[in-house]
Amino acid sequence: MFKWFVKWFHRMGSPPHFYRFAGSWLPWLTVVFTVLTVAGLYGGLVLAPPDYQQGESYRIIFIHVPAAWMSMFIYMVMASCGIIVLVWRMKLAEVVLICSAPIGASFTFLALVTGSLWGKPMWGTYWVWDARLTSELILLFLYLGVIGLYGAIDEKRVAGRAVAILAIVGMINIPIIHYSVEWWNSLHQGATVTKMDKPSIHWTMLVPLLLMALSFKVYFIISLFQRVRAELLHRERNSRWVEELFRS
Amino acid sequence: MTPARKKRLTLIILMVAGIAVGVGFALKALNENIMFFFSPADIQAGKAPANKDFRVGGLVVEGTVKRPGEGLTVEFNLTDNDSVVKVKYTGILPDLFREGQGIIANGRLNDKGEFIASEVLAKHDENYMPPEVMDAMKKSGQKMPGMDKKGI
Amino acid sequence: MSMSEFFNMGGYAVFVWSSYGLALVVLVLNWFIPYQQHQQNIKKLKRQYRQETKQNDSSS
Repeated sequence: MFKWFVKWFHRMGSPPHFYRFAGSWLPWLTVVFTVLTVAGLYGGLVLAPPDYQQGESYRIIFIHVPAAWMSMFIYMVMASCGIIVLVWRMKLAEVVLICSAPIGASFTFLALVTGSLWGKPMWGTYWVWDARLTSELILLFLYLGVIGLYGAIDEKRVAGRAVAILAIVGMINIPIIHYSVEWWNSLHQGATVTKMDKPSIHWTMLVPLLLMALSFKVYFIISLFQRVRAELLHRERNSRWVEELFRS
Repeated sequence: MTPARKKRLTLIILMVAGIAVGVGFALKALNENIMFFFSPADIQAGKAPANKDFRVGGLVVEGTVKRPGEGLTVEFNLTDNDSVVKVKYTGILPDLFREGQGIIANGRLNDKGEFIASEVLAKHDENYMPPEVMDAMKKSGQKMPGMDKKGI
Repeated sequence: MSMSEFFNMGGYAVFVWSSYGLALVVLVLNWFIPYQQHQQNIKKLKRQYRQETKQNDSSS
């Protein structure tokens, strides 16, 4: 099993193999994404009942919470790639790291803005400097830092290692975001789904929420594959496998 | 794993551990500043700053919401199930403001120990339920996790 | 539930629908930008190979 994994890991690391693999998976992923999204939106906007406290406004949850989860998940993907870059010097991990950053930044932005749009009618304010909101804003700056740092260094192998270090160090912010609502008094409420005891959300709302979360995950893979393919083609433009693919 | 890779991995782990400890200490030192609000018990204990704006958070005590004048002025008691503080506020309340609701008020204490708020924000809990289900739960005396947390 | 009731979202229409609208914009852009970039890369490569072939033909 382990041997098989190592073999798979190395095969995935080869650009032509990954390019072909990602290309063949994209149509299927798009189908899965569409099904999940349609089901999630129908469940969330039409089937789910209004909330006892927040009425219809809580429906922002079906965008806000999956986006916030993705913002942290993508960062963890980036940090894992960072470790692979520094320890194993794998080129593909470098490409995945840098291609994840703009997607992660978009989801963080989406989480912050939808949170703000939810905060205004419910809390009474668009923004407060409480621990949860501030640490999520720092996450956005970390993503922008990764993008900026990579762009600022011309030597791409050096740039790859520099952003790997930044991504790994920034990982410390992730538990801070998650536990901010427990460690400190904050305006943001505590965790609903990801807590130890059973989630305090009715199943009619939980099911569409999980469907949307899954749909966003699949979307991330689609967007990532798309970006990685473009980046690989650009980086390997002088290699034989690219020439074989497109010389006709 | 080759020795070179092992060394690099160890270095990364040490670096992250070092920074985590550093950030941990920094947050510990900043603890008071990161706290978004004080509880009525904190005020009772004299922990809240005097002659300076700060935030107080708690539950609006049922049956204490009064509108003494014609305008937007409202008075209510705020509790953390331990101490109580009286809050006065003039302005628009958020949609979620109601008796029993968790709220956060920004303002300062006057000489009488009343909290004069310049802003009131509503805090909601992490429970999402259809109204009928919540009513049924309340009737049967069941409580949602986290609903009677101290403070809010 | 009537259509207008659905779009009204209990009076929170502005907040709810702008959240969903923004999500749509973010998802579409994140798909479209890399897609376009990829197509451009392919086009550029094909043009480059065509030119190389022409040069080789004329020189031989």
